[in-house]
Order: sequence, then C-alpha cells, then structure tokens
Amino acid sequence: MKRFIFQRLGLAVITVFLVCVIVFFLTHILPGDVAHQYLGKGATEADLKEFRRVFELDRPLLSQLFTWISHLLHGDLGQSMQYRHSVSSLLLPAIRYSSKLAAVAFFLIVPLSIAGGVVAAMNRGKKVDRAITVGGLSAAVIPEFVWAIFLVLIFGVIFRIFPVSAFPPKGERSILNQIWYLILPSLSLLLVLFGYIARITRAGVIEALDSDYMRTAVLKGLSRRKAVVKHVLRNALLPTIAVIASQVPYLIGGLIAVEIVFNYPGFGTILKGAVDARDYSVLQAGVVVSSLVIVSFQLIADILFAILNPRIRQKVSE
Amino acid sequence: MSDTTATTIANKSNLERKTIRRERLKLVLKDKTFLFGAFILGFWIILTIFGTFIAPHGAGDQDFKFVSHSPSSKFLFGTDANGRDVLSRVILGTRLIVVMAFSSTILGTVLGTSLGLATGYFKGKFDMIVMRLVEAISAIPVLIIALLAIAALEGRSPTLTVIVIGFVFTPNIGRTVRAAVLGESELEYVAAARLRTERTRHILFREILPNVLPPIIVEFTVRLGYAIFAIATLSFLGAGVEYGSPNWGSQISENWGNIYSNVWWPTAFPALAIASLAVSVNLISDSLLEIFEL
Repeated sequence: MKRFIFQRLGLAVITVFLVCVIVFFLTHILPGDVAHQYLGKGATEADLKEFRRVFELDRPLLSQLFTWISHLLHGDLGQSMQYRHSVSSLLLPAIRYSSKLAAVAFFLIVPLSIAGGVVAAMNRGKKVDRAITVGGLSAAVIPEFVWAIFLVLIFGVIFRIFPVSAFPPKGERSILNQIWYLILPSLSLLLVLFGYIARITRAGVIEALDSDYMRTAVLKGLSRRKAVVKHVLRNALLPTIAVIASQVPYLIGGLIAVEIVFNYPGFGTILKGAVDARDYSVLQAGVVVSSLVIVSFQLIADILFAILNPRIRQKVSE
Repeated sequence: MSDTTATTIANKSNLERKTIRRERLKLVLKDKTFLFGAFILGFWIILTIFGTFIAPHGAGDQDFKFVSHSPSSKFLFGTDANGRDVLSRVILGTRLIVVMAFSSTILGTVLGTSLGLATGYFKGKFDMIVMRLVEAISAIPVLIIALLAIAALEGRSPTLTVIVIGFVFTPNIGRTVRAAVLGESELEYVAAARLRTERTRHILFREILPNVLPPIIVEFTVRLGYAIFAIATLSFLGAGVEYGSPNWGSQISENWGNIYSNVWWPTAFPALAIASLAVSVNLISDSLLEIFEL
C-alpha cells in the first residue's frame, strides 16, 4: 500500500511539474514578449526595460523558469503585474470564497447524482431511467452560465424565491444565509455534472444488481431494498468515486463562469480580471493552483479507490 | 470502451465488419434521438449559411424609437438596450459559433487521430512520454488553459481560439484513438500487412484507420458538443471573439445586467439558442454511442 501511495504521489508531482513547464512556455514562447503584451503598443523602450527588470524578464528563459518554480516551491506565487502586490494576497481570499461555493455545490451534487443513478438503475429501461440518463446528459452539455441565466430568470426574477446574487449584503452574512445565497450558483453546477455522475453510478449499480452475490443476498431472504443498500452500493460506488474526481476540472472550470454571472468575488472573478488586464503572473499562478487542486483530488480518489477495492488492495500489497 | 468493440468483432473478417458497420449506419438513420438532434442541428446550419438573407435586420441596425422594447410583431424577439433587433442578432450570431465549433473539432480530431495512431502503433518510450504530457494537459481545466493561451496570444481573434481549442482537444481524442489502435494492432490483418512488408504509412492509414473510424466519429460528435460549450463560455467571458461582433455569448454578457429590470429577452433568446445547439449535438452523439455500442 505504501509503495502504491508513493508511486501515485510521484506521478502527481511529475504532472504538476509538467503543468508548470507547459504554462510557463505558453506565456513566454508565444509571439510577442510579455512586456510588450502587457504594456501595449504605446510603451517606450525605457518602460519596457524597466518592466522587464522588475519582473525579471530580462534573464534567459530557462533561468526564469527555474526561479519561478523554486519560488513556487517556497509558496511564493510572484507579483501581480496589475496591482504590484503579491499574487497570493490576491488569490487566497478569492480561493476561500470559491471553496465555499464548491463545497455547497459538492454537497448538492454528490448525493443527488448518486441517488439519480441508483433510481435509474432500479428502473432500468423504464421512462424514469430514460429521463434521468438522456435528460441528465443533455443538461450536461449546456454551459453553466446558460443554466445560471435560466435559473436566475425563473427562481430569481419571475418567482423571487432565491436571491439573484451569490453574496449576501453586509450584516446578513450568517453561515446559513451564505449557503442560501449559494444555492442557485450550485444548482447551475449541479445541472452540468449530474449527468456524468448519475450515468456511472447507474452502470455500477446495474452491474452489481446482476452479480452472483446479489442473487445470493436475495435468495437468503434479504429484501431488494436492503440488499441494494448493504451490498450493491458499496460496490457500485467505486467507479463513481473515480468519476467524481475526474469531474473536478469541470467543476473548477464551471466555477469561473458561474461566479461571473452571480458577481461572486471568487477565484474565477480574479482570473477573468487577470485575463482582461493580461496579468500573466496571476494567470500563471491561477493555472498552477487549479491544477494542484485537481491533481490532489485525483490522488485522493486513486488512494480511496485502492482502499475500498479489495482486489486492488491485494495487488498493491503483493 | 473501444477495447470491447475491438474484441467482440475482432475475430470476424474485414468483409463481415464492413456489413456490420453498414447495418449500424442504417439503424442510426432510423433512430429517433438521432433524427431529432440532426433536425435541430440542420436548422442551425441552414441559419449559418443563409442567415444574412433570413435576418430581418442588420446586426448593427439601431432603432432608437424601440430601445429595450419587449417582443412584438415588429421585433419578434424584442430589441436590446441599443435598439438592435434581438432576433436578427441571434440569427447572425449562429455563424460564428457553428463555424468555430466545427473547425476546432475538425482540427482536434485530425491532430488527435494522428497522435493516437502513432502512439498506439509504435508504443514504447514515445508512447509513454506522450501519455505523460497528455495527462498533464488534462490536469488543467479546458477553460483555464484556453483563457491563458488566448490572453498570451492576441486576445480576440476567432482563428486563434479555434487553434487553441483544437490543440486542447488533441490529447483527449488522441487517447481514445490510441486505445482503439492498441486493440487493432494485435489483430491478424495488421500482422498480415506487416508480413507483406507494407509501408508503415499504408498500415496506419489504409488498414488500421478505417477500422477505428467508428470511435473517431463518436469522439468527434462528443468533442463538437464540448467545443460549443467552450466557445459559448469563452465568448461570454469576452475572450476569443471580436468586440461587437454578433455572437450569442457576448450578447448575453452585454445584456445580462438588464435582466433585473425584467428585460429578459436580449439574454434569454441567445441562451436558448446555445442550449438548443448544444443539446442537438448531444442527441446525435448519444444515439451514435448507443448504436455503435461504445
């Protein structure tokens, strides 16, 4: 087991390192240098020179890459070109807000999608099943910001059930109220992710329902419902965990658009601001941080998968 | 998933496989899900080609007597805050997203198929290195990598956005094709072709490629859906399209603020357009997935 975890950890580190390299070269090797891009056409030679000196762009590329990565390793995300203060002081509060939204979304998405998948599997081939699988995947291809607009129109503007912004005004920021304000944005994320997770859960449950151990359970007198809860779910949830982890990149990508629709001061809003201002240091740091989050989730999922699945556990310990 | 199809029809001769493929194609053309999706997609493609003749007004035409006017007989979808006809802007906005989505998906499919053929056939160290890189790229959300690349390059060019999305899709498509090719390259006809000392190019493109075409086609439709998703979102975020050009994403971001004063039509109609286009492509890929048992 230990070896397995170290191996996965090693792969994760390599992946993040490669992401850093890709991101670095994407911003530096493409036509037009960063100083030109940031300062625009009106910049004088002296401005450019000063800018390059401040952001250490006047050194050879490889040495820049090396310094950047070693700074990252020390937790230094660099200086924002736009605000001229540290990127981490910009990103950290935003990430805190985004994590709140992601957490609320996660607690809605996971149980509802798994329940949807189980219901579909238990009613295999019936109308409920078709509605959940086809409807779920059709919902998944509609961008989050489009869902957000429909939801705000219906529940915010027409019926006035939910607030139309994601952030309660000052003085009303109790935890419950904050969650209440985050329901609509979370629902738009749910609608995009529900289909994939429900579909995999459904496949897992169907496989388990058809298995020998399920037949044994029913033959020994367990009711179908009990057998499902006791035997099927445990086995069917395995692939689901892997899929949920693989959806984290989409969740993060979706956060950006949803935060902007709801005017929520999170990671996405910062990133969008950085794109508009061509603030490359913030952009680079943003990509690295998000890939770090994604890779960690993948790692956790891999390890959970191995712990829960006796077959892998055995193979690993051999 | 493509591994299983490879094994189930692996022991059949090439001729038999051809007939199976033809029968499945017939099934697709009878499938209701497919036909419904194709009908909606066809509608948008017609608007892409003939939109300029169909739209009642020009994209930039302003009528200041009708500002934020609700849908009426004169302006079926109403007008926006600049007095522009929403219906015309939705019709004229079709072209950009449809052309961009198709070209980026075609680019990604061509590159991804080449990558998949090469890695699946040659295996070894080359395969390992490429797959590591692919994994690294998959660890960055598509949207973020596109935003970064678009910001790093010259911000608002649609051509550039197409290239970026095509490149971002390449590793994923490559992975699917690679899996299919791995299954195929074990089969007898490949060994036979090698024995005949056929050139590698011939084996890859004439022998293997036709047999991995079904997963490639399905992958194409799936990616087309993602491309629509990505392009709509990017244009909503103000990246990758020219400022002021008629396109659904920008239309929504420009008019979004007015939704709170109950001016919903300049936002809702382009949103519906994006939704219907995305769903139509999904219905097509869903039906193909089911019939080709992938």
